Amino acid sequence: MSNESLVIRIGGEAGEGIVTIGETLVRIAAFSGLEVFTFRTYPAEIIGGQVMYQARIGREQVLSMGDDVDILVAANQLGHDEHIGELRPGGLLVYDSDAVTPAEGGDHLSYAVPFTQLAREINFLRGRNLIVVGFLTSLMGLPLDRAEQMVRRRLGKYKELLPSNLEALHKGYTHHQEHFAERPEFQIRPPEDGGEERLVMTGAQAIALGALAAGCRFYAGYPITPATDIMEFLSKELPRMGGTIIQAEDEIAAVTMAIGASFGGVKAMTATSGPGLALMIEALGLASMTEVPLVIVDAQRAGPSTGMPTKTSQGDLFLALYAGADEAPRFVLAPDSVEDSFYQMINAFNLAERFQMPVILLSDQAMATRVETIRPIDLSQIHQEKRRIPSLDRPEGNGYLRYALTEDGISPMAIPGMPGMTYTAEGLEHDESGAPSYVPEVHRAMTEKRFRKVETARKELHRWGLVNRWGDPQAEIAILSWGSTQSAVREAMERAAKEGILVEALFTKILLPMPDYEIRPFLEGKRAIIVPELNYQGMFAKVIEHRYSEQIIRNNIQVYRLNKYEGLPFKPGEIYAKIVEVAQRLTAGVLADRFLDEKLASV
Amino acid sequence: MVTTAERVAPLRVKDLKSGIKPIWCPGCGDYGILSSFFQAIINLKLDPAKVAVVSGIGCSGRFPAFARVYGFHGVHGRALPTATGLKVARPDLTVFAMSGDGDAFSIGGGHIAHAARRNVDITYIVMDNEIYGLTKGQPSATSPPDILELSLSGKTKGSRKGMVGLLDIHKVEEALNPILMALAYNASFVARAFSGRPKELTAIIEEGVRHKGFSFIQVMSPCVTFFNTYNHFRETVVPLPEDHDPSDRMRAMALAMEPNKTYVGIFYRDETRPSLEERLEEYRQQLSPTSMEELLARFTR
Repeated sequence: MSNESLVIRIGGEAGEGIVTIGETLVRIAAFSGLEVFTFRTYPAEIIGGQVMYQARIGREQVLSMGDDVDILVAANQLGHDEHIGELRPGGLLVYDSDAVTPAEGGDHLSYAVPFTQLAREINFLRGRNLIVVGFLTSLMGLPLDRAEQMVRRRLGKYKELLPSNLEALHKGYTHHQEHFAERPEFQIRPPEDGGEERLVMTGAQAIALGALAAGCRFYAGYPITPATDIMEFLSKELPRMGGTIIQAEDEIAAVTMAIGASFGGVKAMTATSGPGLALMIEALGLASMTEVPLVIVDAQRAGPSTGMPTKTSQGDLFLALYAGADEAPRFVLAPDSVEDSFYQMINAFNLAERFQMPVILLSDQAMATRVETIRPIDLSQIHQEKRRIPSLDRPEGNGYLRYALTEDGISPMAIPGMPGMTYTAEGLEHDESGAPSYVPEVHRAMTEKRFRKVETARKELHRWGLVNRWGDPQAEIAILSWGSTQSAVREAMERAAKEGILVEALFTKILLPMPDYEIRPFLEGKRAIIVPELNYQGMFAKVIEHRYSEQIIRNNIQVYRLNKYEGLPFKPGEIYAKIVEVAQRLTAGVLADRFLDEKLASV
Repeated sequence: MVTTAERVAPLRVKDLKSGIKPIWCPGCGDYGILSSFFQAIINLKLDPAKVAVVSGIGCSGRFPAFARVYGFHGVHGRALPTATGLKVARPDLTVFAMSGDGDAFSIGGGHIAHAARRNVDITYIVMDNEIYGLTKGQPSATSPPDILELSLSGKTKGSRKGMVGLLDIHKVEEALNPILMALAYNASFVARAFSGRPKELTAIIEEGVRHKGFSFIQVMSPCVTFFNTYNHFRETVVPLPEDHDPSDRMRAMALAMEPNKTYVGIFYRDETRPSLEERLEEYRQQLSPTSMEELLARFTR
């Protein structure tokens, strides 16, 4: 009997290859047919500092990073000290006996393995990581041939290194086989059929691939953790797709370069994190005013200011929704998984192109850096929205109106090079032709036109696939949230369902405008809404309370906030505890009502 | 449908005027730059539909609206990155960037180094009036430290006083030398012109466009309202020495540092450096093309 899922955590010094061990192991698992979901932290130091890599490996779809750790691998003393508290009772500690002195006692098993010594024995000190991988492959019951295949794949063209690397892998594998008994509770057997077809990628890669699939051919960015992975991926692939990438001198240059390219008719984006987005806000207003399509990705991190660049947060929601000089309409999207990051990038470009507006896509550190197995992508199903351009069948110079007032707010946009359509994309308020104008009626009409596009979009939202709703429609308890909290919520709900607590969840992938057509019917029949989010103020809860206040008051719906602001994602257990608490409150409320009714009846 | 090939009649200045009346004060140096810009397009036989002008904020920022070409009036100080994005995305266009001294040397000063370093094929015209005109007379990075005394002494005839307090305290700062700065940044084309000498100005703009790389052109463009320097420049503007070799960067720097002389002409020109777009294209050509199918296959288990 094998486990349904296992959580393994590796802790050690950065630069020692902790991440390599983790990434290799999850790929061995994934390529064996298992499902994976990872979580990692980076140290702030450039070299050194502690790093942690956690992988949850499952036979079925893995919904979240899990709660407690089943297997902890400590590569150094701190790796042991920092994480031993999260090892579940009955779990397994594997430690490098050359580097770690484990604490006395503890309700867990301990394997002392002389990894460094083993590396010395084969005269290949840098092979220590692969010795660990080999050891874990055997421990977890993963197929050795897949591990060998993965080593080959990772070495690529450096074939001369293959014998020593394979020797290291085998050294670790054999060491486990010879010195330790097989323990089914730490094994996870891949399905016989090799599992379903899956892609294995990080959230950043999903974002970059989504951009390419959407037709993005220009990227400008400034390095910032944790968004840089997107730029690094695109630097290799965008030029091969015929596109252009520029590392800009700052975030303002990055976003204005993207605007310039988009004005030129090329789909363009930038990616950043909170501090960078703050710098881009003036230009966001420019894109809104000049009606130039633009996609900005914000991989959120903990702040404010420099904050904790390597830790996660959902605290840029207000910045994305509201920041800007005066009123600058924009769209805000928030994918809720690695897989969804791919599809929401396509929506981001399609919304930008269709409505000639800036789109902010909110991801976060945890989701951008984690590896997930996702379902295959059918490229034939991907639709690319075309920018509305003016017809060339008009006599030259016959009054092309770039900002023509139209019913849906969208005006045909000429692309430089089109004869007879020259205009100036004007950051000043302007009339229909684009000529600067401060006339009160013009400002009123143009403000309404810009916001009319949002209203047009609101009518079309139902066909963009922007809501994720699941659970029991009869449930009185609702979870309403956004972004990467989805994974922990989903798993917590499964746990609750097993306990007979009914919950229904709705995750919206569009935060501006809000999908009222989905949320209003969802709220009917609900008595409590839990809003989990990774920020202090309960930003999304505030949006919900404000926008749906009438319905919340009319139906006497209680809104329960669940806020975490530690730089870490939710664990399913934290959400589950809140569900139980709310369920108890509801039951208590019902009992109290009944008690009151009985009292009144007896009077 | 009208195509470029059907345009038989040669362009005239009136074909290039957008019909929007400039907001500039009568006598403003910027009119001279607009006229020379039109003339340069005509002389270079450019198709106006393939010309784009990107600007920032200030009196100079209004420039694109007055010309019947594609224009982009962006945010303060960001004409260069906006134009860079446009040019690398659309290398077929002739791209101009227009700034004033505030846009170019203060809020957007950080971008000149990078446009020069990248050698993006943009003609960058800085309409330098040595004052903030649109906001009614504050000193700029190129204002002389004694700008208030100059304003009060009658040497800048006819102009009104700007913001006296700010102009006075400006004496604690030194003025920037933009030509020297551009030379230090190794811009591959560095020139200065005076809007009061339109023929030279037109010729320099044409040379800037012909130059395949980043062309930095400082145009002294007096602000008749707040700092009328026409007389000053009529006295001090002299052509660069006839024997100046524009490939000699050290000599160019020495000339840029000469006091009491406003040299006009091409200080420096390096035609050997490929432009950013050329390099990007060369880089692309060296890579093997890929497709979405191929990329996704790499992630398939």
